Amino acid sequence: MYQSISPYIPVLILLVLALAFGVVTLMVAWLVRPSKPYDEKLSPYECGINPLMPAKIRVPIRFFVIILLFLLFDVEAVFMYPWAAMYKKLGIWGFVEMFLFIVILLVGYIYAWAKGALEWE
Amino acid sequence: MWHDLGLALLRIVIVFAVALFFVAYLTYLERKIIGHMQVRMGPMRVGPHGLLQPIADGLKLFFKEDIVPTEAYRLTFYFAPILCLVCALVLFAIIPVDKNFMITRLNIGLLYVLSIASVGVMGIILAGWSSGSKYSLLGGLRSAAQMFSYEIFLGFSLIGPLMIAGSLDLVKIVEAQKVPLIVYQPVAFVIYLIAALGEINRVPFDLPEAESELVAGFHTEYSGMKFAYFFLAEYANMLIVSAIATIVFLAGWKGPVLPGWLWFLIKMSIFVFFFIWVRATFPRYRYDQFMGIGWKIMLPLVLANIVVTGIVMMLV
Amino acid sequence: MSWTQFFFYVFAGLSLLCALMVVTRRNAVHSAIFLIITFFFMAAVFVILKAELLAAVQVLVYAGGVVSLMLYVIMLVKAEEASQVKQNLGQIAIAAFIALLLALQVGSIVYLYFAQKPAGKAAVEALKYGGNTEGIGALLYTKYLFPFEVASVLLLAAMVGAIVLAKNRLER
Repeated sequence: MYQSISPYIPVLILLVLALAFGVVTLMVAWLVRPSKPYDEKLSPYECGINPLMPAKIRVPIRFFVIILLFLLFDVEAVFMYPWAAMYKKLGIWGFVEMFLFIVILLVGYIYAWAKGALEWE
Repeated sequence: MWHDLGLALLRIVIVFAVALFFVAYLTYLERKIIGHMQVRMGPMRVGPHGLLQPIADGLKLFFKEDIVPTEAYRLTFYFAPILCLVCALVLFAIIPVDKNFMITRLNIGLLYVLSIASVGVMGIILAGWSSGSKYSLLGGLRSAAQMFSYEIFLGFSLIGPLMIAGSLDLVKIVEAQKVPLIVYQPVAFVIYLIAALGEINRVPFDLPEAESELVAGFHTEYSGMKFAYFFLAEYANMLIVSAIATIVFLAGWKGPVLPGWLWFLIKMSIFVFFFIWVRATFPRYRYDQFMGIGWKIMLPLVLANIVVTGIVMMLV
Repeated sequence: MSWTQFFFYVFAGLSLLCALMVVTRRNAVHSAIFLIITFFFMAAVFVILKAELLAAVQVLVYAGGVVSLMLYVIMLVKAEEASQVKQNLGQIAIAAFIALLLALQVGSIVYLYFAQKPAGKAAVEALKYGGNTEGIGALLYTKYLFPFEVASVLLLAAMVGAIVLAKNRLER
């Protein structure tokens, strides 16, 4: 694509431009927009009444388990991308390896299911 | 070197301008299409057939007062929408609109998209947390579990096509397709579309902002330009998801007679229309149903798809 | 100084700076945000070292995954409390030990560099296959097959561990 520069340089330029677009637009808007704050306007939205208590909730442990499961499957997926890209050259052993890998992780998945980590009520 | 830099900059400016234009008019298109599907006219007042509506909306948001609630955590409150917007815009860098037109070509193309998108999710979580409102917090929490789960299914659904295409480079993926990959990978295609709906928070999976339960979810407290950023990011992500579907499953710019970039846009708009159409048709899923579909049906299916693809490729 | 070197020093320096911010911020959310930025700069360093796949994985798994766990925990904390979370938990001995191990590891690499001994052959081998992705794909699933399968067992253990930790709450 480009001979003399790394293909990542345009990514860097775009990143800087997008960041500048975000920040500069906010700052320009700050110059022109009105600012008339008062207590009611600044209070957190609670369907019209004054907030009864601060926003703090006890979060079900399920969310934590789901995010942990996400992390583990994410790592699994990461192992799969280079494998998939090279699959044609890896031959039958490539398939057997990944099959084993998936099966081992499926054990954990079935365990999670059996223990009710995937249930929501 | 300066020649290449200039070329890159020119491409960036073109893509940036076109992308922002598309995103702005996507909001118009969505309102218009849904309007007509519900036997309404949609926006009609600003300009002929409401054509200037996105500009009016943009100006309105630009001049709106910027409210930071007292309970909010100021710095993070500002950081979150910017993170969302930047992560969405930076994704346009590697979309090959035509054989020779893209900002840049990376040989980890598909992974680049997935990894940047996963950081974009952080913006929504941070927004939910930093608003200091109960609805925002619940929206942020839901989005954390939802978008992360669906990111997994999205990633897995792309592995089947990757095995056939044999590269992560988006240009090579298109070039490897003599027949569009949707023919070989129908299961992966369907799962990709469903996971994409979940990943970009569109109806029927818009649980982080479910207006009938959570007011507006993670962006309840946002107003003015900061709100506009979330809006822009959401629609930009919709374009990206459609573009990736076009590249991976519909052979990108390939097609007879018409020029490549036109084919690309036509194929992409099919997906965009699909996403809008779904919104007009489906009711929102309940959260437990939604997570159930993902973890209990889509995950086994998509893993099976990988194994079956592997076996079939071995035999053929 | 070539441009590559220039960018390397800039990104390496910035990642160090951000890492420093991660450990010194009192507010846990600021730490998390700086951690995301640190991972981005580290990914940039990997790109400069031509380890593109590693860069993508760095962002995908660490900036997108590990930080999410951190944010989840932070979400349980209210905004004002976030800046008052106790950060010194009396684990200085463990921390010092780990830091010592890390210093030894880094020191050995620096020593190998100055002693002109090649630090490893894998990188050279990987380059033969073209890019970083192809190299990792070709080596990990042939020559380094056993560590790869062990990794799956490790992931399984982590998954079971997570469920066991939450088990009492999951079963009613």
